Amino acid sequence: MSGLRYIDDVVTLKLDTGKCTGCRMCTMVCPHAVFEPAERTVRIADRDRCIECGACARNCPEGAISLKPGVGCAAAIINGWIRGTEPSCDCG
Amino acid sequence: MSECCPPSVPCCGGGGGYSDTFEYGPQPFELGEAFTIAGPVPVVATALAREDRAEARRVRLNVGRDRSRVRPGLYAVGAPDDTSPVLVTGNYRLSFDAVRSAIPGLDAWILVVDSRGVNVWCAAGKGVFSTAEVVRSIRAVHLEQVVGHQRVILPQLAATGVAGHEVRAQTGFGVTWGPVRAADLPAFLSGGMKASPEMRRVRFPLAERAKLIGVELSVLWRPRTLAGVAALIAVVAALDWLAPAIATPLALAGIVAVLSVVVGSAVVPLLLPWIPGRMFSVKGAIAGAVLIGLALAAATSGRFPLYAWGLLAAGSALSAFVAMNFTGSSTFTSPSGVEWEMRRAIPAQVAAAVMGVALFVFGLWIAR
Repeated sequence: MSGLRYIDDVVTLKLDTGKCTGCRMCTMVCPHAVFEPAERTVRIADRDRCIECGACARNCPEGAISLKPGVGCAAAIINGWIRGTEPSCDCG
Repeated sequence: MSECCPPSVPCCGGGGGYSDTFEYGPQPFELGEAFTIAGPVPVVATALAREDRAEARRVRLNVGRDRSRVRPGLYAVGAPDDTSPVLVTGNYRLSFDAVRSAIPGLDAWILVVDSRGVNVWCAAGKGVFSTAEVVRSIRAVHLEQVVGHQRVILPQLAATGVAGHEVRAQTGFGVTWGPVRAADLPAFLSGGMKASPEMRRVRFPLAERAKLIGVELSVLWRPRTLAGVAALIAVVAALDWLAPAIATPLALAGIVAVLSVVVGSAVVPLLLPWIPGRMFSVKGAIAGAVLIGLALAAATSGRFPLYAWGLLAAGSALSAFVAMNFTGSSTFTSPSGVEWEMRRAIPAQVAAAVMGVALFVFGLWIAR
C-alpha cells in the first residue's frame, strides 16, 4: 500500500540540518519513512509522505525539526473554521 | 462518517472523557495475581476469549466504543521477573488486547497508561498519551521496584505525544521505540529490540480499511437517522395515497441519501487505491456518481427524468463530503493536505447540492 499518497507540496515539515546531530531518532519514530540517514545528519527523503503527526519534532532532542502538527479530520477543521480557532475535536 | 463530536466520540477512535471518574467493569481477561515488591499485579491471558471477540465486534460497530477501557496500571503476562521487558500501551481495550494476544508464551510486564480509552496513535495526537502521562504511570506503579533494568518499550505511534528523551530525564527509564503493530512484538523482542524498516511503517491495507467501515457507517444506525428514515417512510406512504406522483421521487431521494453515505463511508474506503484522484472528495464524487447513477437508472427503468438528475448531483455531493471525512481515519493524510482539499472541495459540494435540490424540485414541478 505504499502506493497510497495524498496531496503533494502542502506539508509544513522543515528540517534544520545545522542543528541536526545525526542521532537518527526521527528515522525511528516516523511512520512513513520521511527521513533517511545522510552523511553525519539526516535528510528528508520523501517530504510528501509526511502526515504532520509531529513524532519526529517531539523526539528531536536538538529541536532541528519543525512543523505544524494537527488533527487531520475534516470535522475538526470545520469546527475550527466555525469558531475561528485551530482545528479541534472538542465541542467545548 | 467519522464525526468529532456527538456522541462523545473523537476523530479517530474510542473514548473521549477523562478516566478519573470512569467506572471500570469486570476484567475477565485477568487470570490471577503475581506478587511484586510494589504489590500484587494482575496476570492476564494471552488468548482472546469469546467475550473479547464479542467486545471487538461491538467496538467495530461503534457500540459502546467510548466505554471500552482497561483499568490503567501494571499487568503481567506469563511469569515475568525483574529482568522482563516492560511493554507500554494505552487503555483502549483493542490496544490492550492486541498487545497481550501478540505475546503468548512470553514473560513480560504490560504498563497500561490512561489514554482515556482512545487508541495509542489518536491519543498521542490528542495529547493524552503524553510524556506526562507515561511519567505519571511509571511512578504510580513504582516500576523501579518491579524491574531491575531501566527500559520501557513504547509503541512507535506513541511518539507523536511522548518525547523519549524527556521520559528518561524525568524517570531514569529510557524509551525504546517498539514496532508500529503489536503483532510484530515477538520478532522485535527476539531480534534484540531492533525493528525492521517494515515494522516502522504504517500501511493502510484492505483488511485495516475494512475494519473501519463499521464505525464510519454507524451514522446510519444512530437513533436520529432511524427516526428520520421512519418519518420518511410514513410521509411516502401517506403521499402514495394523496399525491402518488411525488411518492416515488421522494422514496428515491431517501434511498439516494442512504446510498451516498454507504458510498462515502464504505465503498470509497474499501476501494481507496483503485478509485481515481488524490483528493478523497474526488474519489467520493466519482464513486457516488457511478453507483447512484446506476441505481437511479435501474429505479427509473432507464428513463432518468429530470428530478433524477437532481438526485444524482446532490447524492454525489453528499458522498464526496462523507468520503472527505474519511481522511480523519486514514493513515496517510496530513492536516495541511486535508485543509487544502476542503477549501477546494466544500464550495463545489455545496454548489452541486444546491443545484441538485433545485433540479429535483423543478423536475417534480414540471412532471405534475
